[in-house]
This record gives sequence, structure tokens and C-alpha cells, in this order.
Amino acid sequence: MNLIRTIKLSFVNLAVNKFRSFLTMLGMIIGVGSVIAIMSIGAGAQSLIFNEIASFGTNLVGVLPGGGEEDAPPAALMGVVITTLTYEDAKAIGDVPHIVAVTPYSNGNANISFGDKIKNTSFVGVSSQYLGVEENRVSQGRFISPEEDESTARIVVLGSEVKEDLFGENNPLGQRIKIDQTSFVVVGVMEEKGSSLVANRDKEVFIPVKTAQKILLGVDHVGLIRAKIDDEKNAPFVISEIKKLLLQRHNIKDPKKIDFTVQSMSQALDMIGTVTNALNVFLGAIAAISLLVGGIGIMNIMLVSVTERTREIGLRKALGAKRKNILSQFLIESIIITFIGGLIGVIGGIIFAAIVAFGVQYLGYGWDLIITPLSVILSFVIAVVIGLVFGIYPAKKAADLNAIVALRHE
Amino acid sequence: MSKLISVKNITKDYQLGDVVTHVLKGVSFDIEDGEFVSIMGSSGSGKSTLMYVLGFLDKYTNGKYYFEGHDTSKLDDDKLAEFRNEKVGFIFQSYNLLQRTTVLDNVLLPTTYLLGCDVKKAEAEAIKLLKRVGLGHRMEHRPNQLSGGEQQRVAIVRALINNPNLILADEPTGNLDSKSGEEIMEILQDLNKEGKTIIMVTHEQYTAECARRILHIKDGIITQDEIVNNRRLATNGDFKK
Repeated sequence: MNLIRTIKLSFVNLAVNKFRSFLTMLGMIIGVGSVIAIMSIGAGAQSLIFNEIASFGTNLVGVLPGGGEEDAPPAALMGVVITTLTYEDAKAIGDVPHIVAVTPYSNGNANISFGDKIKNTSFVGVSSQYLGVEENRVSQGRFISPEEDESTARIVVLGSEVKEDLFGENNPLGQRIKIDQTSFVVVGVMEEKGSSLVANRDKEVFIPVKTAQKILLGVDHVGLIRAKIDDEKNAPFVISEIKKLLLQRHNIKDPKKIDFTVQSMSQALDMIGTVTNALNVFLGAIAAISLLVGGIGIMNIMLVSVTERTREIGLRKALGAKRKNILSQFLIESIIITFIGGLIGVIGGIIFAAIVAFGVQYLGYGWDLIITPLSVILSFVIAVVIGLVFGIYPAKKAADLNAIVALRHE
Repeated sequence: MSKLISVKNITKDYQLGDVVTHVLKGVSFDIEDGEFVSIMGSSGSGKSTLMYVLGFLDKYTNGKYYFEGHDTSKLDDDKLAEFRNEKVGFIFQSYNLLQRTTVLDNVLLPTTYLLGCDVKKAEAEAIKLLKRVGLGHRMEHRPNQLSGGEQQRVAIVRALINNPNLILADEPTGNLDSKSGEEIMEILQDLNKEGKTIIMVTHEQYTAECARRILHIKDGIITQDEIVNNRRLATNGDFKK
């Protein structure tokens, strides 16, 4: 039998029940569309995270307290504060080759007040080298000076939003503000940086790390040490040097009992990439379930169609249709449904992903519209395969009908 | 004339659960090329089953059926489908036209299953035949826009499109008024005159007498094989219900 005539015939049959054909297709449209949209949105979210992290600079090395290896669980997860990193560690790391700048971090939350204005926000204790580590600038006044690193000077540099909230248009330089009960002199204001997923530096205030440790927190350790290296390719060398240095400083002979973790930003990116990739696959698999549901819908409708057209099938057999003719006719019909549904689904999924991408971009985040050919081809092929798989049973049922019984069917 | 059909002691049993029904209980006859035979009997006599067996739609249980010298018991399902397609044209009491396709597409339906069919040529043939039965102006209509007589004429053209030698008609005038029925019989008689072999199943004596020969069937057995001497000719206005 002529394939083109069969395909034409299938279109005619589908056109007769336009609304029903559309509803059947809808299962495929939603299935394919959601697979494509979710894959794309997943990739977009990944790009957002990457872009955010990359905005810190990829040539950063971080030292975290707590061993990241085998038996030691992540400290923060267990609610345990690990106190192994100190300000002196940070200073020592500064002497490692290829390191451009290094700063410890000692953070906390506090009420910051000026006059009758009170704001609860976080303070960041850093060293004077902070500006060399993170991409951040002072817009007014100055940052923490190297002399103040060793002191517990009560000076503060305000984030742009904190300055707005406490001082409005007035000049804050030289004014005294209170962080909890302690009085600080404002020496500078940071440039507006914009919020990122990781932190909003505009809402924070910067103070010398020793001040944060001794006066506000009453601790001796730091939460994190971050260092900038001259080139990303030196990261492995720097990491091993820092490890050697800190093992020696912490008096650790057995490398298994390591009490800190050194990681470069690109390593962190790789790790996040692995996690988000797994997440994407998982979400895609959930979306693929709707493809399966759509396939069952197709089988359902094709079974109804076979019953409805029993007489027609009988007639076709009487006029010389072979078993395979009837089989292919019904198979082609269900494949056409999934093919067209898949096509619309691909277009719809791309449109939806684009709307999300442009919406997020409009809000000012670095979200890329990523549609991989693989996701398009894969979901499309799966759709057609589903049409084939779920179309086979109804088509077989039609082909196996007894011609005479079918002809007499009312 | 050569022998087209040779049926020897054919039986047909239907099994419904534990109950076996013997519909044909040993039927034998020959039909020559170019004959016009009526198979006559009351309902339940097995006449329709016999026709379906002759048209390769139904399989017989025992006996022998030779068509153009082929032993049909040795043909597989695909070959039987080819025979239905190329060697036989069916005409049904209820026309069995596809309601959602045009008259022309209905006529072309059997060509869909014809191997190596030239669509253009088949279409030209369909138009020629439709014009011949007076439906040249109805080709793009749907069957439900046609009268019963017109629908049956479409069905006849459909039966002819693959140029089979044998026309099998199952109560072709059963659903029609006498005038339309007469037109149908006229066409069948004309086709017979041109050399087509026609086997027609009916329960009406006057319709049966349009043929040249009547096989009377009762309870699955041929009771009488009668040559029609006073054949009714639809063109003479002799054909009345």
C-alpha cells in the first residue's frame, strides 16, 4: 500500500475528530514541552549559579574549617562550630607564592543604629586586603587600613544600602554609629554592588577582623579564609602549599586528621556543576513521566477509535486490506499524533523557557537561555517512540478483527 | 465458458462456547465464467455465509473450493486479501460507504490496497464509471448527501474499480424502493451482459429471477438448482416488487 496515501488518510481521520485529536495531542505537547522547558530552565539556573560564582572571580582559593575528607561530616550541617582557623593562619597564607591578597572572614549579626534609626544586619570582619580578594570598591572615604588589621580599631565601612537607610543623603563620614552596644566611627562607604544569590554586600558593614573577633563575637577563630591567586592555573600548586603550611601550623602529622579544607573556585564550580547536572536529569525524568501519561492517553483514544471504526475496518478487509495494511494505518495515526504533538511541544517548551530566561534577565540576573539540541532531539524521539509503543496494541487489535464480525458491527 | 468456481461438499461450522452450529452442511455446485446466479433462501439458511465463503471473507470448515482452478484452502491470508482486492467486487445491502470521505475517494478505496496501482489512472477510471452510472455530478459529495439508490450505485462502481471478474452482491436492493432497485438490477444485468460473473444473494423471488440461474438454499443445503426461463429484465419495466 502506498505510504503517502496512508498518511493522507490518517490526517483525514484525525481531522474528522479535531477536538479529540487535539486533546490527545495535548498529552504529548505538555510532555515534550515540559521536558524541554525543564531542561532549559535547569541549564539556565545552572548558568545563573555559575555566573554568580564567577563574578567573585575564578582565581580564588578558599580555606574552610573542618576536614572535607571521608569521616568528617560538614561542620555547618552538624551545627558544630569548628574553631581551627585563626587570623594568624590567614597571615601565614599571605606568604605563599602566587597569592596576591588574602583575608579572613569573621561574620555575625547585629543591630546597627544611628540616632533613632535601627537596622538589623550582618557585619563582616575582614582584613585590609579584602578589596584585593573580592571585586568591591569604596565610593566614599576609605577602607580598613593595614595598621588597623592588628588593632581592634572601632571603625566601620558601610554597605551602600546601610548608608542609605541610616543616613539618607547626609554625609556619614566621621559619624558615630552603634553596632549592638559598641560605638564605631564611619570611615567609608562601599560602592553599590547589587544583590547576588550568595550574598548582598550592600546590606552589610565591614569592620576589622580583630574587632569582630574580640569585641563583638568574643572568639579567637575565623569562619573562612579567602585568597586571590595571580592565575587560575597556579591553583593546584597554591592549594598544596596552603595544605602543607596549615598542617605544619596545626601540628597535624596524619593527613587523615586534617581539620580544614582548601578548595579553589573552579573546583567548587565543578562540584556545583555535578550537583546541578544530577538535579537537571532528575527533573527531566519527572517531566518525562508526563510523556508516559500522554502515551497512555494516546492508547486510550486509539482503542476508542478502533471500536468506533470497526465497520470501516471490516469493509477495508473485505475490499482487500491485508493485516499489515490495517496495522500500519492505525500505527501511522498514533505516530502522527505524537509527531505533531511533539513538534508543538518543542516549540511551546522553547517559548516557555525563553519567557523565563528573559524574565530573569530583566530582573538583572545572569541567566542564559540554553536549549540543547540533545534535549530537543531526545524528547522528540521519545515522543515518537511512545506513539509507536502505545499505538501498537490498538493497531494490533484493529488488524486482528474478524472481517465479517466487523462488517456486521453496529 | 470456463469454470470460474467449483465448490465440492463445503461445510461451515460456527462454534459459540460449547454449541456448534452447522451453517453449511455440504454444498456443491459449479459456476461458469459469465454466469448470473442468484442464491436464494430465507434468513438463517446460510446464503450469506456461502457468499462470504465464495468471496474469501470467511473460511469453510471442510470440503473443497476451487477458484479459477486454485485450491483456496492452500492460500494464506495475504493471498486471500489479494483475491478479495483483485478478483472480487462486493456489493452490500447497507452499501458500506465511508461517510466522511467523498464519493470519489470511496470508489478509490480498493485501489489503496492494489499493488503497483497507478493513482491517476485509477482516478480517471473511477470518474468514467461514476459518469456511466449517472453520478458524474456527485463525485465530491459525501455519501450522506446521496439517496439510497445513488449510494448503492457508488458501491457498485467501487466493486468495479479494480476490474474484477466476479461481483458478489448481498441483497443489493434490500434497502431500496422498487424504482431504485430496478436501476440497480439494470446495472447488474448490463454488467453481466458485458461478461462479468455475478452472484447475488436474495430472499425475494422476483429479484432472484433477474438472474439466469437460481440456487435455492435451505438450512445449509442446496435444495434446488434452477435455470430461469422467464428471466425478468429490469429494462422492460417488468421488474416490480
